[in-house]
Amino acid sequence: MIRFVATRLFAIVPVLLVVAVAVFLMLRLTPGDPAAVIAGDSATSEQIEQIRAGLGLDKPITTQFVIWFSGVLRGDLGESFFFKRTVASLIAQRVEPTLALALCTIVLAIVVAVPLGVLAAWRHGGWLDRALMGFSTLGFSIPVFVLGYLLIWLVSIKLQWLPVQGYRRLEEGLWPFFKHLILPSITLSVIYIALIARVTRASVAEALTEDYVRTARAKGLPELAVVIRHALANAAVPIVTVIGIGLALLIGGVVVTESVYSIPGLGRLTVDAVLARDFPTIQGVILLFSVAYVLINLLVDLSYLVLDPRIRY
Amino acid sequence: MMLHLGAWLLLATLVASHPHASAQVIRMAPQSNLTVLDPGWTTAYITRNHGYMIYDTLFGMDGKGKIQPQMVDRWSMSKDKRVWSFTLRDGLAFHDGKPVTGEDVIASLSRWSKRDAMGERLYSFVDKVEADGAKGFRMTLREPYGLVLESLGKPSSYVPFIMPKRVADTPADKQISEYVGSGPFVFAKDEWKPGEKVVYLKNTRYRPRSEPASGTAGGKVVKVDKVEWLIIKDAQTQANALAAGEIDMIETPAFEIYESLKKNPQVQIVNTVPLGYQAMIRFNHLHPPFDNAKVRQAAMAALNQPAFLRTQVGVSELYRTCFSIYPCKTPYESGKGMDFIAKPDMKRAQQLLKESGYDGTPIVIMQPSDLLVIAKLPVVGAQLLRHAGFKVDLQAMDWQTLLARRAKKDPPLKGGWNVFFTVWASVDAMLPVGMNAVNANCDKAWFGWPCDPTLENLLASFARTEDDKERRSLAEQVQVRAMEIGTHAPLGEYLIPVAARKNLKGFVTGYVSVMWNLTKQ
Amino acid sequence: MSVSVAEAPPALTPRRAAWGKVWRNNAVRLGGVLLFTLILISILAPWLGTIDPAGIDPENRDLLPGTSGNVMTLTGENFAHHFWMGTDSYGRDIYSRVLYGGRVSLLVGICVAILSLVVGIGIGLAAGYFRWLDAVLMRVMDGLMAIPGILLAIALVALWQASLLTVIVAIAVPEVPRVTRLVRALVLSIREELYVEAAVSVGTSTLKLLWRHVLPNTVAPLIVQGTYICASAILVEAILSFLGVGLPTDVPTWGNVMAEGRLHFNTFPHNVLFPGVFLAVTVLAVNMLGDGLRDTLDPRFNKRGDK
Repeated sequence: MIRFVATRLFAIVPVLLVVAVAVFLMLRLTPGDPAAVIAGDSATSEQIEQIRAGLGLDKPITTQFVIWFSGVLRGDLGESFFFKRTVASLIAQRVEPTLALALCTIVLAIVVAVPLGVLAAWRHGGWLDRALMGFSTLGFSIPVFVLGYLLIWLVSIKLQWLPVQGYRRLEEGLWPFFKHLILPSITLSVIYIALIARVTRASVAEALTEDYVRTARAKGLPELAVVIRHALANAAVPIVTVIGIGLALLIGGVVVTESVYSIPGLGRLTVDAVLARDFPTIQGVILLFSVAYVLINLLVDLSYLVLDPRIRY
Repeated sequence: MMLHLGAWLLLATLVASHPHASAQVIRMAPQSNLTVLDPGWTTAYITRNHGYMIYDTLFGMDGKGKIQPQMVDRWSMSKDKRVWSFTLRDGLAFHDGKPVTGEDVIASLSRWSKRDAMGERLYSFVDKVEADGAKGFRMTLREPYGLVLESLGKPSSYVPFIMPKRVADTPADKQISEYVGSGPFVFAKDEWKPGEKVVYLKNTRYRPRSEPASGTAGGKVVKVDKVEWLIIKDAQTQANALAAGEIDMIETPAFEIYESLKKNPQVQIVNTVPLGYQAMIRFNHLHPPFDNAKVRQAAMAALNQPAFLRTQVGVSELYRTCFSIYPCKTPYESGKGMDFIAKPDMKRAQQLLKESGYDGTPIVIMQPSDLLVIAKLPVVGAQLLRHAGFKVDLQAMDWQTLLARRAKKDPPLKGGWNVFFTVWASVDAMLPVGMNAVNANCDKAWFGWPCDPTLENLLASFARTEDDKERRSLAEQVQVRAMEIGTHAPLGEYLIPVAARKNLKGFVTGYVSVMWNLTKQ
Repeated sequence: MSVSVAEAPPALTPRRAAWGKVWRNNAVRLGGVLLFTLILISILAPWLGTIDPAGIDPENRDLLPGTSGNVMTLTGENFAHHFWMGTDSYGRDIYSRVLYGGRVSLLVGICVAILSLVVGIGIGLAAGYFRWLDAVLMRVMDGLMAIPGILLAIALVALWQASLLTVIVAIAVPEVPRVTRLVRALVLSIREELYVEAAVSVGTSTLKLLWRHVLPNTVAPLIVQGTYICASAILVEAILSFLGVGLPTDVPTWGNVMAEGRLHFNTFPHNVLFPGVFLAVTVLAVNMLGDGLRDTLDPRFNKRGDK
């Protein structure tokens, strides 16, 4: 198993390299000049040139890439074009909100979706099943921001139960922290709930047709125990798989949710950086997301060891 | 960060929060994100407003438009009007404790004069500027200039803020990296979270003047402990946050939410800039088709002020048409030479366009989709120009990109532009000499680069004369000539009031928004 | 004898039966009918009581749904009109914008699906069939898949110019890796089939092999994948507009209308709700279609393909 983990960890480097090259090229090859954006209103062309040189943008692309990527491998993500700060410190400032939102969303999604999926599988083919699956498809179809605005209007404005926007760091108190995350998590989790519920239903339904389930029932085990201990446990692998896959959806949703609820996280940082043509920040954040994606998938694969004793690495 | 993660994952005991007892904080949602902290680097108003928080100025403009001393205690002009002597007030000090000296002033003004059009003009008259003792400085001119104080006290971009010499010595092509001023607030650099919030603390060492605050003049008394600018981009979210009391003030609420804010019993609408803002269209004189004066006139004939104002603002009490390049109800307002704008006529526009020989070159109109108070102007403009017979390419982009792109002299289809729309504080358009749009010195002019020696001569004459009647006549001639050659066209005026919770009091009215003197009850 | 084995793709008869099953599936029927209706509405937009969707009419701004009034355009036209869905803050008729907006949204969805499928098929076939390309191509695809699709799309559109083509390409690029993976997996499994080995032994050219044997068997799962991509693309276009990096406002799209409407959602929710409903229904229809196709066309392929 150690070899498995080690191989996978080493495999991150080529992935990182591909991501780095892709993002780097994409940024450098687009029209639009960060030096001009930084130079501001009244800069002369000489001033723009000087700024460009200062940012290292006048060197050939390959040189720029080597300089940047070698820095990355040492842990140095460079300095933002705009804010006199390292990209690392900008990211560090924004990580907590995004992480908090993402984890709250996943927890909420699992807690809601798995029971729903199990229920649908148990009553496979019945009206409950169809209703739940109908809602699931609906959940995929509503744009996140429409849902967000509807929730804010209903819960924050009309009922005044929860705050409209913003984020409170954990050190400002546990309740304020959660209070500000409830609506955003609900908004974002809808897609995730839809996805997990479907997969749960499909795999549990299939597991329920297996022989060992019939055996368990024949042994006289109560239905609940049958469902949970046997069917669900055996369906865990596909469920966890889809959680990993859904991460991509989650990141997209995070960007929008942070925008609607004005949460100062990585999603908003990326959008702001893109609009400001802050290349180092864009590169840094995308690289970070990519590494996170790869690591999560690795964790998912490792979790199979726990969930399915048949799997060995 | 690991510490936070650990605490949260363990769901530790409730971390009690201890808010600073009775720390008065005002939270405002500013007009945009603050990315540039150097007020000599960009004319963007957000940076200017930041400047007013932490820097001070030699002179200010009070609410009635009069220049008043601010950092200056007394000044005098020699009999031949060529030597101006200034003495600073007692007790002026920078946030690091060092006193403000003449050397700091000289370095700051020098840096400012390299970027600002009015400053440049002033310094073209200047022979030398030298320190005069620890608290004074002396400006020697080559010939008398009637706008010295108006230049030093100009309220809007670029503002001659006074910085420490070491900071002001940063070359004009580099941004400053230290944010130390002598103003009423201190920039809390370690609390600044770019893109999220900007924090200002009360400068306890600041010695305000004794007069009441008015405009950017008078006593800048800070009555709270802290001011936070919270970056909330979405207009509806801003409104919701204000309604819920999560913020105290919205600097420039979008017009779409104005009515709903007005209806809220806990919200007040305050017009801190009564003179308001002037909207305008700007043509790029360097490239076809707007390198042809007739084409510019055809475009101007198609523009319909009420259409622009009603679409962009919509709230009738907040806008008015004004058919003069000078703001209405200011000294130089005049109707002369404004036919095209005052009497828009689509048929005439179509006719003029045909006669001009327009060959169908598409025109690139830039639209700033994220600056809500002007975002709709280009859309209306695009449609009007289309009807006039132009081929229009409306390109949406964010304001920062627009600012960068408008500085480019490249052909429109290669990263340049043909037309942009903007709004500026009307105070900037009160004087022909301070109005960026009518500078016609070709390459060095404001973006659009009109080139006209006649106009330049008129401006130079205006700068030299002090006779009121002559000034008025010259101002009118400037307007006529500017409209003849189509430097730009005014599209009306509007107010952009502030929305605040009712418990916020002490708003200072003037020509720019300022945050001293506010109290929160 | 060997010739006939090589000539006859054996999946023909079962495939005919599969298509029959498709039409009988409820999800396919419902989704298909809904989608067809929406496409029809979009195409017939000019004849369904609409006016110029970009026509600015400041006198009629912010009207509530169901108001009647006189349209006064900037060119001086003046006629009576009933604003079924109200107007936006430019005075433009939301009903017209929604119907015309469908054109762009559906066009974006379909074009993105086609583009990503075509490119994905090309790369996937190459990777599956030519072992020496496989390693390199799949590393690149893995890398691309690790980049969050929405961030990639935002960056591409914001940094180039916001035009229809850019938006389509920007949304399609992140979808290509998944299609590639699917095609490659299918190719790898199909090459092991006996009839393909037989064809190879007879000397059939690679191209012919790919065209006649491999490709037809990828059609079913790719159609399913295509519908999901279409649904996702329609949503992503809306998100791009919402974040302010979509098409300029004089081109009505559902995302644009919602992005402008968000400014005063509390007071005039109709700006967001009408296009939002259309968007949701369209995406729902496409998703249902995809689900039905997946359930009927070839269930065994879909345990492998991820959504």
